[in-house]
Amino acid sequence: MGIENTGKAWENLTAEPFIRIEKVTKKFSDFTAVNNVSLDIYKGELFALLGGSGCGKTTLLRMLSGFESPTEGRVWIDGQDMTSVPPYERPVNMMFQSYALFPHMTVEQNVGYGLKHEKLSNAQRQDRVKQMLDLVQLSQFAGRKPHQLSGGQRQRVALARALAKQPKVLLLDEPLGALDKKLREHTQFEIMNIQEKTGITFVVVTHDQEEAMTLSTRIAVMDKGVIRQTGTPTEIYEFPKTKFVADFIGSINQFAGTVKSVTRDKAAIACADWAGDITVHGDSSIAVGQSVSVAVRPEKISISKKAPAKGLNAVEGKVIDLGYFGKDSLYRVKLPSSALVRVNRVNDQRGRETERVAQWEDKVWLSFEPSAAILLKD
Amino acid sequence: MAGIAPQKSGPAPQELELPGGKSGFRNWLDRNAWRDIIIAVPYVWLILFFVAPFIIIIAMSLAQSVIAQPPFRFDETWPYVTFENFDRLFSDFVYLRGYLTSLRNALIATALCLLLGYPMALGIARAKGVWRNILLLLVILPFWTSFLLRVYAWIGMMGSNSWFNRGLTSVINVFLPAASEINSVPMMNSNFAVILVVVYSYLPFMILPLFANLEKLDFTLNEAAMDLGSRPMQVFRDVTLPLSIPGIVAGCLLVFIPATGELVIPSLVGNAGDPMIGRVINDEFSLNRHWPMASAIAVALLMLLVVPIMLYNRMQERASEGVK
Repeated sequence: MGIENTGKAWENLTAEPFIRIEKVTKKFSDFTAVNNVSLDIYKGELFALLGGSGCGKTTLLRMLSGFESPTEGRVWIDGQDMTSVPPYERPVNMMFQSYALFPHMTVEQNVGYGLKHEKLSNAQRQDRVKQMLDLVQLSQFAGRKPHQLSGGQRQRVALARALAKQPKVLLLDEPLGALDKKLREHTQFEIMNIQEKTGITFVVVTHDQEEAMTLSTRIAVMDKGVIRQTGTPTEIYEFPKTKFVADFIGSINQFAGTVKSVTRDKAAIACADWAGDITVHGDSSIAVGQSVSVAVRPEKISISKKAPAKGLNAVEGKVIDLGYFGKDSLYRVKLPSSALVRVNRVNDQRGRETERVAQWEDKVWLSFEPSAAILLKD
Repeated sequence: MAGIAPQKSGPAPQELELPGGKSGFRNWLDRNAWRDIIIAVPYVWLILFFVAPFIIIIAMSLAQSVIAQPPFRFDETWPYVTFENFDRLFSDFVYLRGYLTSLRNALIATALCLLLGYPMALGIARAKGVWRNILLLLVILPFWTSFLLRVYAWIGMMGSNSWFNRGLTSVINVFLPAASEINSVPMMNSNFAVILVVVYSYLPFMILPLFANLEKLDFTLNEAAMDLGSRPMQVFRDVTLPLSIPGIVAGCLLVFIPATGELVIPSLVGNAGDPMIGRVINDEFSLNRHWPMASAIAVALLMLLVVPIMLYNRMQERASEGVK
């Protein structure tokens, strides 16, 4: 992946950001789509803007491409102020969500369209088109019209067309949105390979957290026009900073409580829902009496019929729902406090229904390590 | 959730065909009657009001003119019909000239309608919400007034004593030397007047199909072209224009075909010395009372106009094949 080639540029304090979004605000009459966003993206990154619909991610992308201009703030790309440069003069190309292939042109003409504006000889132009079609493995379809292609092939034409001008930045708007599940996985790796081969900086907009997690080097989680958290997929998933981010990425169990005691390496949180105290790793930023939330991912909780070892956070409950997904199962367990806890268990042993860890109505023990708990303050 | 297996239902119940049960008519009445009747309505309409009159006109064009009631008759011996009307059509230059004048006027008017209508249609298609509806309404609004009334309004405007003509005359005179000043601008009773009024009258028929086409175009295609380095004019040339060709063709046919056979406008504002073919047909019918000759001219005109319609249909078929 790109990380190995470029190093973690965002951790290097002296590195110059390749794309700099500086206090950008975009208002549509009385609606603020993007609110005072600052973001640095480094060369060679595959950066994802993640968020639900209406969170401002697409508006931010359109400001990078030049279709929208910021109401306030500046946009810099490779050291140049791009804030008021029209789209046709930016060193940036975009792969549209709908692909936006020209229906009256062949695959070859589509891919070569942007090259008309570059000072290239005919031979060079044809060379570049051929090279791009080879890159996306569509050489044998060069003479076809877009409507004669499948969805996956169209997506690849769109990618080739956007890459043909060798832009400094490639913007991808929901690149996998229109593909079926099997094709998504394949295309996902293809996009990563192409990014690695070309070294172009990719900025992806997506509402699909799985897509963002697997594709990107870093993710910015957006909500209501602001960035809630920026970080690597692991940081975002394992160390969310807010309830919103914890909830948006994957699923999570949250228990509201108050801090009972804090030492250097341990803190006890009194949670009514859990029916007892939860021990978590110490955090110097909390004080006794403060109300906090303890969040635990469903797969970090283990489920068993035997009482767990000491030193774990444990509670007894009853299985009320069981979802079997093949590779794993989801248990919904009701605690004595009547709180519901979601537990994921990988089905790592082959077996019949009767050989499952627990069945409906079974009494079970839930437990998790203190290190598995995330402490959320807002 | 897992655990609840879907109930497997039995084979779907099939309609049983009872042997010797329903008669063919009963069957048709039950299954297809409504559909067939509804489909039949337009066919019956077309046969009654287009095919039948057209056959009568064709028959008449092969008859001879007589002074009688009705003013035509067929030969009493084989082959009963005569082609003399069609012979005259090609030998008498009056008719050929009528066709040429009609085609020329219609072509010029169509081209002007396209030049005026395209930017208007594009503007309406790109307008937002309420504005789009208002602009569309303004295009259709003239239809609320009688067509004849609007032509008479133009006659009033173009006449040599009208405020419009006098104003125009004084503006032109500013640029002319005193010796060659004019009294009025000769606009009425000319092909210029015909083309002007035809363009005015038929402009909505150019704008509406163009609008319908342009409105459907996906604007992200324009953005894609712009993203790939095309300036706005290049985007228009490379994307909007080629994709609007079906709309252009439809609009041009809707203007060109009725403009070619136009009768009222050339009769009211045209040059009687250089008549369009519609006026020639009308004169043959009502002034000369030569119904067979008038019919022959009409049949030939229809043949002339069928060619572009067939070309258009051919193109549409090819386009729809392309989409599949």
